[in-house]
Amino acid sequence: MSLISVKDLTVSRGGMPVLEGLEFSVSSGEVLVLRGPNGSGKTTLLRTLAGLQPPYAGVVSVDPDTVAYAAHADGVKATLSVAENLAFWAGVYGGQEIAEALLHFNLDALRDRPAGNLSAGQKRRLGLARLMVTGRPVWVLDEPTVSLDAASVALFASAVKAHVAAGGAAVIATHIDLGFEERVFDVGPYKARMDVVRDDFDEAFL
Amino acid sequence: MIRLLWRDITLAFRSGGGFGLGLGFFLILVTLVPFGVGPEGDMLSAIAPGILWVGALLACLLSLDRIFALDFEDGSLDLLTTAPIPLEGVVAVKALAHWITTGLPLVIAAPALGFLLHLESTAYRWMIVTLLIGTPALSFIGSFGAALTVGLKRGGLLMSLLVLPLYIPTLIFGAEVVRRGAGGFLVGTPLAMQAGITLGAVALLPFASAAAIRVALR
Repeated sequence: MSLISVKDLTVSRGGMPVLEGLEFSVSSGEVLVLRGPNGSGKTTLLRTLAGLQPPYAGVVSVDPDTVAYAAHADGVKATLSVAENLAFWAGVYGGQEIAEALLHFNLDALRDRPAGNLSAGQKRRLGLARLMVTGRPVWVLDEPTVSLDAASVALFASAVKAHVAAGGAAVIATHIDLGFEERVFDVGPYKARMDVVRDDFDEAFL
Repeated sequence: MIRLLWRDITLAFRSGGGFGLGLGFFLILVTLVPFGVGPEGDMLSAIAPGILWVGALLACLLSLDRIFALDFEDGSLDLLTTAPIPLEGVVAVKALAHWITTGLPLVIAAPALGFLLHLESTAYRWMIVTLLIGTPALSFIGSFGAALTVGLKRGGLLMSLLVLPLYIPTLIFGAEVVRRGAGGFLVGTPLAMQAGITLGAVALLPFASAAAIRVALR
């Protein structure tokens, strides 16, 4: 069963198309890794998949209630403790237990520490632990391994593995090798051509 | 949504939160006015309703830009938008949390400060009633202004310019009720108008704010 499918999709940033003609689908149990140089439009594509911005052209078929999105920023509140941060997101997504997620990302010892005192890597682990408490099948992740050390990357990889083994799916933009079976999708060839005149100037203002 | 309300209220009370900012400003403004205009009781009691209402309004304005800007900066707003709560609900809950942490303390502090300004004894009741009815409108209209300027760096000035004109009807009717109450006149009409503004703002503006945030996040 395909959880995300994309047909002839064009995504735009600031009204300018950055990627065009995208075609792929992700089924349950699959991991799609997006690759491409900085500025090639991976983040824009992920934001479109997560429903944060409408597609410029083409079709994204995904149920927005199945997607858990994680961006560069972790959405962690500095004055709340680690457990409070996680419990808030668990509550928003319907009240999953946070203990397992804390344990998995090795945050159990830090649970009562204010998130403002965490290191960048610990904060990122907290942001990733949030995915586990959302209970949503599709993870859309934007460079999830930034500022993680090798051990934490392994923790993250095992979380993704467990997630897809349980019938989930993930779309991940990353530059490193996560060490599991994945389908790589290089966005390079889909770069939008700049020489085409597009007669829809007001797009940026709508 | 209850979770979000609690989170926002907790954040406001933790260090660096906005709680006390508006209240402190209100307190300072109202205590400074008698020094500025002189201690004559008659003059103070004449201007008290206006001063209290203008003070409340500016105090509200002071903490508005925090409603969405903080969540925008740390990425929470992206995540809340993709969360199962409708964005309109998120906006309404955040405006409500702003009212509880900013508007409600003003309502509670107003009688004590009215005393400093020689507010007529008959007007206390109406001061509390109008603030209670009017300050939710300030929070909801303000959240719309904050939503419009959420993507802008240092959007505070623009937000004030957008929001202040929309605050004027609430201010006029609020101060009018208190003035009439102090003189012993009927207050029904301005009170009904003010309540109407508040109900309209609470009912309609969350939709406008949510639309503004969706555009800002693109």
